[in-house]
Amino acid sequence: MLTYRAGAVASLFFPPAGIPALVHSIRAQRLAEKGDIELAREHGEKARNWAWYSVGVGLTVYLVAALVGLLFANQGSVRVVYFAWSILTDGSSWHSMIKGFWINIQVFLIAEVVVLVWALFVAVVRLLPGPACRPLRFLATVYVDAFRAFPAILVVYIVGLGLPQANLPLVGHLSDMQYVIFALSLTYGAYVSEVYRAGIESIHWSQVAAARSLGLSYAQTMRFVVVPQAVRRVVPPLLNDFIGLQKDTAIISVIGVLDVVSRARFINNAKGSLTAYSMAALLFLVVTIPFTRWLEWLQNRRQSRTQGGR
Amino acid sequence: MAFLEINQVFKRFGHIEVLRGIELQVERHQVVCLIGASGSGKSTLLRCINALEVIDGGEIRLDGDRVSGRGIDVDALRQEVGIVFQSFNLFPHMRVIDNITLAPRKVLGMNHDEAEAKAMALLRRVGLTEKATDYPDRLSGGQQQRVAIVRALAMDPKLMLLDEITSALDPELVAEVLNIVRDLASEGMTMMLATHEMGFAKEVSSKVCFLHQGVILEEGPPEKIFGDPSEDRTREFLKRIVDAGRL
Ligand SMILES: Nc1ncnc2c1ncn2[C@@H]1O[C@H](COP(=O)(O)OP(=O)(O)OP(=O)(O)O)[C@@H](O)[C@H]1O
Ligand SMILES: [Mg+2]
Repeated sequence: MLTYRAGAVASLFFPPAGIPALVHSIRAQRLAEKGDIELAREHGEKARNWAWYSVGVGLTVYLVAALVGLLFANQGSVRVVYFAWSILTDGSSWHSMIKGFWINIQVFLIAEVVVLVWALFVAVVRLLPGPACRPLRFLATVYVDAFRAFPAILVVYIVGLGLPQANLPLVGHLSDMQYVIFALSLTYGAYVSEVYRAGIESIHWSQVAAARSLGLSYAQTMRFVVVPQAVRRVVPPLLNDFIGLQKDTAIISVIGVLDVVSRARFINNAKGSLTAYSMAALLFLVVTIPFTRWLEWLQNRRQSRTQGGR
Repeated sequence: MAFLEINQVFKRFGHIEVLRGIELQVERHQVVCLIGASGSGKSTLLRCINALEVIDGGEIRLDGDRVSGRGIDVDALRQEVGIVFQSFNLFPHMRVIDNITLAPRKVLGMNHDEAEAKAMALLRRVGLTEKATDYPDRLSGGQQQRVAIVRALAMDPKLMLLDEITSALDPELVAEVLNIVRDLASEGMTMMLATHEMGFAKEVSSKVCFLHQGVILEEGPPEKIFGDPSEDRTREFLKRIVDAGRL
C-alpha cells in the first residue's frame, strides 16, 4: 500500500497525476486505521496507479518541455540555424535534395541485393565441412574479420579512390556509384555473413540428420533444409543491418558522389544555414521508418505461416 | 550370408565405449527389436547402420555390400536404409507433401507429379491425405510421426530403422503409429526398432535383442526373451519394466 508520504512526493513531481495519488493514499491510510482493509486496498491500488502516471507522464512532459525550451532559447537561434523558413519553402532546394537522395536509395537497394547474396555465399563457405576446404574457410574468415574491423568510410576511400588510380583490370574503370556499392557491399557482406552463419548454426543438428538420412547430400541439405530455415530466422537481425546500410549510404559523399549529403553541403555553403542537413535527416526518416515497419510486417506474416515444428 | 550383417562393431564417443563388439544378423523380412536400458546404445547402433555415426571397429554389410568404413557412398546407402526418429524431425518450413517428395525428387530424380502421386498414395495408406498441404506444426504428434514414416517409405528403402518412434507421443496417439508399423511388418518390410513398448515388441518381432552396456547380451524369439530369458540382467530389466506397468 502506498503511504501518504510517497503520495505527497508524487503530487509534487507531477501534480495532475500526483494529487489524485496523494488523495487516494491518504484515504487508504484512514480506511486501514478504521479496519476496512478491503476498501483501503482498493484505494491503495488507485494511489499506486496514479503515482506511476505521475512518474511516466511527468518525465515525458518535462523532457519535451526542455527540448522545446532549447528550441526557443537564444531568440530562437535553433530555429534559424536548422529550420530556416526561406530554405524549407524553397522548391529548388527540395528538388536538388530529393535528386541526391534518389542516389542514396539506388545505392542502398543495389547494395542490399548484392550483400544478401554475397554474405550468404561467404557464410556457406565458412561452414564448409572437411579438411579439404580448410584453405577456403580460412580465406573467408580472414575476409570477415578484416572487413568487420575496417571502418566503412576507409573502405569507401580505398575502393573508390584507390582502384581507379591503380587502374586495375576489371575493377579499375567503374563509375563512382559502382565503387561505392562495391565498398559498402564488402563491408556489410562481412557483417551479414556473420548473421547468416549464426542462423545456420542455430538450426538443430537433427534437421541435418533427418535430411542426410534420406540420402540428400551435404549441399542439398544446406540448400533445401538448413539455409531456408536459417534465412527465416535471421530476418530480424538482418533488418538492423540494412537500416545501418541505408544510413551509411551517406558515406558516399566523401568521394564526391552527388548524394543527398553532398547536396546539403552545397546548399549550406551557398546559404549559410544548416537547414539542408535537417531536410536530409527528414528524408532518411521518411524512408527508414516505413521500411522498418514493412519488413516487420513481412516477418510477422511469415512467422504465423510456418512456426514451430521439430 | 544374412541380409544385414553386423560384425564386432565398436563405437566410442570420446573415451566412453558405447558399442563394444555388437554381433547381429538380420534376415530379409525380419523385424528385430532392440530393448535395453537407457544409454545401452540402441540409438547409437541404429545410427551406425545408416552411417549417421562412423564406427570405430568392425564391419557392417547390407545385402552383401560393405556399408561401413572408408570409401563407402553414404548417400547411396541411405537411399536403401530409412530411419525414423523419436522426435519426428519433419522440416518445419515445408508442407507435408513437400517433406515427403523432397528426397524422391532431389535424390532419385523423380519428376514432380510422379513424386506427388506416390506421396499421396502413401498418405492415403496412413489416413492423412487431407493434411498433405498443411505445415507440420499444424499436425498432432502422432500425425507428424506418421508423416515421418511416410517420408522414409517414399524412398522405397530395403530396411527401416525405427528409433523409439512412439516415445515422444501422448499415450492415446501411440496406437495410430504402431498400427502402421504392424502393417509394414505384415507386408514383409525388414525392420529394426528400438522400443520401450514391450507389448508391441512381443507381438511384431521375429527376434528380440537385449542390449546391455554396448553388447547384445541375449537374443532370441520374443517368447523366449520375454517368457524365459537365460540372463539375469535380462530378467532384471524386464522385471523393472513389468513393475513400471509397461508389459
Ligand atoms: N553424439 C554423442 N556424443 C557423446 N555421447 C553420446 C552421443 N550419442 C550418444 N552418446 C552416449 O552414448 C550412450 C548410448 O546412447 P544411446 O542414445 O545409443 O542410448 P539408447 O540405448 O538409445 O538410450 P535411450 O533408451 O535413452 O534412447 C549414452 O551414454 C550417451 O550419453
Ligand atoms: Mg535412444
